[in-house]
Amino acid sequence: MDETGKVASFTGRFFSVGIQPRYENRELLNQCYKIGYLSFPLVGLTSFIMGLVLTMQLRPSLVDYGVESQLPVMVGLAIVREIGPVITALIFAGKIGSSIGAELGSMKVTEQIDAMTVSGIKPYKYLVATRVLATTLMLPLLTILGDGISLFGSYLGVNIRSVTSIDLFFLQVFKSLDFSDVLPAIIKTLFFGFAVGIVGCYKGFSSSKGTQGVGVSANSAVVLSSVMIFVIDLLAVQITELMGLN
Amino acid sequence: MEPKNNKPIIVIKDLVKSFGDKVILDGFNLTVERGTNVVILGKSGSGKSVLIKCIIGLLKPESGSIFVNEDNITALSEDELDETRTKIGFLFQSNALYDSMTIRENLEFPLLRHWVDITREEVDRLVSEALENVDLLHTIDMMPSELSGGMLKRVALARTMILRPEIILYDEPTTGLDPVTSREIENLILKLQEKNHTSSIIISHDMNCVKNTADVVVLLLEGKSYAQGSFEELAQSTDKNIKQFFD
Repeated sequence: MDETGKVASFTGRFFSVGIQPRYENRELLNQCYKIGYLSFPLVGLTSFIMGLVLTMQLRPSLVDYGVESQLPVMVGLAIVREIGPVITALIFAGKIGSSIGAELGSMKVTEQIDAMTVSGIKPYKYLVATRVLATTLMLPLLTILGDGISLFGSYLGVNIRSVTSIDLFFLQVFKSLDFSDVLPAIIKTLFFGFAVGIVGCYKGFSSSKGTQGVGVSANSAVVLSSVMIFVIDLLAVQITELMGLN
Repeated sequence: MEPKNNKPIIVIKDLVKSFGDKVILDGFNLTVERGTNVVILGKSGSGKSVLIKCIIGLLKPESGSIFVNEDNITALSEDELDETRTKIGFLFQSNALYDSMTIRENLEFPLLRHWVDITREEVDRLVSEALENVDLLHTIDMMPSELSGGMLKRVALARTMILRPEIILYDEPTTGLDPVTSREIENLILKLQEKNHTSSIIISHDMNCVKNTADVVVLLLEGKSYAQGSFEELAQSTDKNIKQFFD
């Protein structure tokens, strides 16, 4: 409970200290580059494999039921609504959550965060607000790109056993998708990104002294943010259900 | 009315700080006059670093007051404390340079955030001047990882001085350095104090450093200011608690 209170208080500071001017625009852009652009190859590769494998795994079952032609529809819905956002967020948590936890943890134990404080600079604003904003903005973009690459992987997967044109494949996918499929999926990635950023920063800031503490921060940032992704996903599905969007 | 600048720059009254059941500072009192170097002497773990961290507001004391330029640090809001901190420099024992930034960026960092109307030319001039003061201008575009321990200490000192603080708190400035480099750092502390007319609190148990830099030596023992005086006065004391530091 004590930990929950501390995380809540740390998160609350984002909306008080974090959004006050003066803004650290240069650092925000730097973090968007590191967190977003540099994560793209990993997200792209995993998304491609995910789309390809999902298609190859689904195909035999659909053939058994004689609905092989529905493969693009099923894969499209699964990727856009659920698998794409969640898998991308988990990959993102592993790469970025641990990186933020270790970086800030290391800064904490080497007194670099204290050095900012004693020079009258709010480390929360410079270190936390920029990183949390960057994760919140970049994860939806990575998810959209990842979904696209995943669908391309799926298209290749379909063409391993049969022949479908890329136009027909994507026409079937987009015909099956609705505004209510895409928008909630993208909105929840904003929350996933916020959770990954805030948990990574919290774990880094609360790192105990020593190198072991830095390792624990990095590890627990990944574990907690992964759990948070599933909890948010569960809440998101309940909310979309209540809103009649499912 | 008495002019403000004749009053002590730091006044600490009945400061109490503990961690759990362990009382570190137990009614500590100290007055620092303007332009003086006060060295806090004490055993390891006696609370010297805790004291200066309370002065800069990194740690909150349980009771007592700390007046810096007549502002009670313990009663200031976070924004007021940040404003006061710009007048206080803090040299960390570990230097605490930002290791992802170059030396130039380390020095620019506080300047760009506090002096928001400053021009690029002025920033470059101040950074170069600060590095020249510590004879390290040639390191301006290097990373902290490329410098030796003594060089890191001098860069950290340059960063501490860049906002022209009135007070500087030094946390064991010569610990871990060889005698020659220690002597260089001590001379640098004295040179910069003379140039910028700063007041200082220096935490040290390096007796050479204490002897060379102290106007006043305060012995911190069992959380209290046990003895106070010049280096020579304390060196001549027959009190066994004081003598053990000078023998």
